[in-house]
Amino acid sequence: MSAVIDHHHADHAHGPAKGLMRWVLTTNHKDIGSMYLWFSFAMFLLGGSMAMVIRAELFQPGLQLVQPEFFNQMTTTHGLIMVFGAVMPAFVGLANWMIPLMIGAPDMALPRMNNFSFWLLPAAFGLLLSTLFMEGGGPNFGWTFYAPLSTTYAPPSVTFFIFAIHLAGISSIMGAINIIATVLNLRAPGMTLMKMPLFVWTWLITAFLLIAVMPVLAGAVTMMLMDIHFGTSFFNAAGGGDPVMFQHIFWFFGHPEVYIMILPAFGAVSMIIPAFSRKPLFGYTSMVYATGAIAFLSFAVWAHHMFTVGIPLTGELFFMYATMLIAVPTGVKVFNWVSTMFRGSLTFEAPMLFSVAFVILFTIGGFSGLMLAMAPADFQYHDTYFVVAHFHYVLVPGAIFGIFASAYYWLPKWTGFMYDEVLAKTHFWMSFVGMNLAFFPMHFVGLAGMPRRIPDYNMMFANFNMVSSVGAFMFGATQLLFLYIVIKCIRGGPKAAANPWEGAEGLEWTVPSPAPYHTFTTPPEVK
Amino acid sequence: MLRYASAWLGGLSLLAVSSSASADWEVNMTKGVTDVSHSVFNLHMTIFWICVAIGVIVFGIMFWSMFMHRKSRGAVPATFHENLTVEILWTVIPLLILVGIAIPATKTLIDIYDTEDPDIDIMVTGYQWRWQYNYVGEDVSFFSHMTTSRDAINNVADKGENYLLEVDEPVVIPVGKKVRFLVTSADVIHSWWVPSLAVKRDAIPGFINESWTRVEEPGIYRGQCTELCGRDHAFMPIVVDARSQEDYDTWLAEKKEFAAREAELTEKEWTLEELMERGERVYSSTCASCHQPTGQGIPGAFPSLVGTDMVMNDLTGHIDIVVNGSPGTAMAAFGAQLSEVDLAAVITYERNAWGNDTGDLVTPLDILELEEDQ
Repeated sequence: MSAVIDHHHADHAHGPAKGLMRWVLTTNHKDIGSMYLWFSFAMFLLGGSMAMVIRAELFQPGLQLVQPEFFNQMTTTHGLIMVFGAVMPAFVGLANWMIPLMIGAPDMALPRMNNFSFWLLPAAFGLLLSTLFMEGGGPNFGWTFYAPLSTTYAPPSVTFFIFAIHLAGISSIMGAINIIATVLNLRAPGMTLMKMPLFVWTWLITAFLLIAVMPVLAGAVTMMLMDIHFGTSFFNAAGGGDPVMFQHIFWFFGHPEVYIMILPAFGAVSMIIPAFSRKPLFGYTSMVYATGAIAFLSFAVWAHHMFTVGIPLTGELFFMYATMLIAVPTGVKVFNWVSTMFRGSLTFEAPMLFSVAFVILFTIGGFSGLMLAMAPADFQYHDTYFVVAHFHYVLVPGAIFGIFASAYYWLPKWTGFMYDEVLAKTHFWMSFVGMNLAFFPMHFVGLAGMPRRIPDYNMMFANFNMVSSVGAFMFGATQLLFLYIVIKCIRGGPKAAANPWEGAEGLEWTVPSPAPYHTFTTPPEVK
Repeated sequence: MLRYASAWLGGLSLLAVSSSASADWEVNMTKGVTDVSHSVFNLHMTIFWICVAIGVIVFGIMFWSMFMHRKSRGAVPATFHENLTVEILWTVIPLLILVGIAIPATKTLIDIYDTEDPDIDIMVTGYQWRWQYNYVGEDVSFFSHMTTSRDAINNVADKGENYLLEVDEPVVIPVGKKVRFLVTSADVIHSWWVPSLAVKRDAIPGFINESWTRVEEPGIYRGQCTELCGRDHAFMPIVVDARSQEDYDTWLAEKKEFAAREAELTEKEWTLEELMERGERVYSSTCASCHQPTGQGIPGAFPSLVGTDMVMNDLTGHIDIVVNGSPGTAMAAFGAQLSEVDLAAVITYERNAWGNDTGDLVTPLDILELEEDQ
C-alpha cells in the first residue's frame, strides 16, 4: 500500500518529459511560453522577409522584382503575420512565462487549454501560408480586407484565409480566458490587485479587450464566408448590403486590437524603466487607471479609420473628439515614465536601451496619431505613407522594442545565463538606426502625396523610398543577430544570479535562474 | 577648357532646376490651391508645431535625466513616486491644448461638409481601374484612363515627368465656381484624391459621397486612387484640369458635339476591319488589365478568352456576359459603361483576335436589339 503512495508521490515531482512529445503534450506554462516565443520569432522573420520583398520592389520606381498581384499578397500577408503571428503570440508567450512567476502561481489556471491554444497557431498560419501557393494566389486585399474586394472580388483562397482567422481568433480568446482566470484566481496570499506588477495589470486589461473584440472579428469573417458561399449580401450593395458596415465591424475590432498589441508593452517597460533607474515607478496608480481609460476609449474611436467614407458631420466630430481624448491618458503614461527616470540612478543595459527608445519613438508615433485624429487634416493623410509611418512608429519601436526589452530583461531568468551585452547593444543600435531610416522618410513621402499599398510610384518619391529600403534591409538583417544572441545565451555564458539586475523587484527574481520547471508549488507570502 | 567648365556649370544648374521642379526631396504637405486646402495646411502646421513643442519639453527632460542622472556619474536615486499636483497638471494642460486645436479643426470640417448650392455637379465613378466623369445635366460622360505605358512601368521605355500621373482625358472644371463631386463606385471601393484641392472621398458601391471644391487658379492638378482596389490600384490616376470659364464652355461644347457624332455611329454600316481596329482600342483600355493583352487571362483569377467555348461558339452568351456582367464575380456589366459601338467592336475583336478567327461580326444594331429585348 505504502509503495503505491510513494510511487504516486514520485510521479508528482517529475521534470519535463523527454523527446518531441514533451512539446506536443506539455501543460507547463514555461514550456508553452517558450513555444509561443519561438513561434512568434519565426513568424517575425517570415513576415519580415515579406517586408524585404516589398522594400526591394519599392527601392526604385518601375516594376523590377514582382508583379502587382504578388506585391498585394506580400503587403497583405506581411500585415496579417506581423499582427496575428508575431506581435500577439509574443506577448502571450511573455504572459505565459512571466505572469505565474510574477503573481506567485504554480502554473496557468487552465493548463490543458493553454496547450490547445498554442497548437492552434501553427495550424492557423500553416493554412494562411498555404494560400500563397494556391491558384489565384493568397489574400491580396490588404490586412484590413475591406469588402467587396475581399468577397466578390477575392481569389478563391479567401475561404482558407477566413478559416485561418477563425483559428487564430479562437486561440487568442482561449489565451485571454486563461490569463484572466490565472490573474483573478491564482495570486499568492497578500498579492492584492493594486500590488500586481504593471505587466500583469496591462495584460489583464488586454485580455478583456481580446475577449470583447475577437468574436467581432470572427463575426466579420463569417459574414464574408456567407456572402461568398451562401448567397447572402451582408456587404454586397447590389444585394441590398452595405460595404461600409464591413468597415464599422472591422474597426470595432481593429482599434482595440491596436491597443491589444501595445498595452502589454506598456506594462513591460513600466517594470524595466524603474529597474534600471533604481527608483520606484512614478504614479503606479495613475498608470493602472490610464491603462483602463485607454482600453475603455478604444471602443469609442473606431471610425477615425474611416474619416473619408462619408459618415455624417456629427459622427465625424464625435470620433475626432473621442480620438483626441486618448492623448490624455497616453500622455500621463509618458510623463510617468520620464518622471521615473528623473533623478534616478540610470544605467543603460540592453533592456533599458530598448525601453528608452520605446518611450521616445512611441511618443513620436503618438504625435503623428494626434495629427491623424484631426479629421480635416486626415483627408490629406488618409491612406498615404504618412499612415504607414505612423503605425510602424507605434508598432515597431512600440510593440516590438517592448518585446525585445522584455526578452533581454528576462532571458537570464529563462536560461540561467547572461546574454552577450556587447552584441545586444549592437542589436539595439542597428535596429534603432535601421528602423528610423526605414520609417521616418515615410512621413515625408506620405505628406508629399504617395498613397500606401502601391507597388510603383512617381519619381518625385524615389529618393526617400530608396532611403527607406536601405533602412529596412538594415533593420531586417539585424534581427538575425538577435537570433544568434538568444541561441548563444541558451548555450551558455556567465551564470545569472537569481536576481541579475541591481534594481529589479518582483517575485520572479526570488526563484533561482534558470527558473526550475515547477515554481511556487507552495505559494509565497507577499507583504 | 572653358567650354567644358561652362557646359558643366550649365548642366549643374539644369540639374538644380529640374530637381527643384520635380521636388524630389519634398518633405511636407502641399498648400494646395483652394481655401479649404489652405486651412487644412494651416491646421496641419499648427498641430505639427504643438507636437514639436511638447516633444522638445518631454524629450529635453528625458535627455537631461539620461545625461545627468547616470549611475556612472554617481547619481543617487531619489525615492519619490507620486505627486498629486503635477499629475493633475499634466492631465489638465494637455486637455486644454486639445480643446484649443479642436476649435479650428471643427471649423474646417464644417466647411468641408458644406456641399450645398454647387454651380456644377460632376459624378465621379470608380472602376477597376479607371475613373468615369459624368457632367450631371450636360449629357457629357467619359472615362479617364492612365496613359503611362506598360513599357515605362517595366523599365523598357523612359519614364516621363508625370509617370503614373497622366491620363487620356482629364476632368475639366471652370475656375472660381463651386464644383460638387458625387463620388461612387461600380465595383470595389476606390478613393478619389487630389492633394492640391484637399479633396479625398471614398468611392463606395451603393453609396454616393459628396465633396466640393472651388479652384481659383487655372492649372493641372494630379492625384491618385487612395484605397486598395486590386491589382492596378497604383495605375488609376486622377488629373483635374482647371480652366477659365470661357475655355471650359468651349471644351464642354466640343464634348457634346463629339457625343452626338458618336451616337450617329450606331446606325453606320461597319466592316470587320473597322470594328477590329476600334475593338482593339476598347479592349486595351477596358478589358486588358484583367484578361491581359494576350487574351489569356490569369489562371485562378481572370478567365482566358482564347479558344474557349463561349468565344468560339456561343455568340449570345458572349454578348450577354459583356453587356450584363457575371454577378458575384469581378466581371462587370459593361452595357452601362460602353456605347453600343464600343460593345460591338470589342466583342467582334475578342471573337477574331489571338487566332480565334470565328469571322463573326457583331454590329452596334445587334447590341441595341438585344438591349431593347431585355
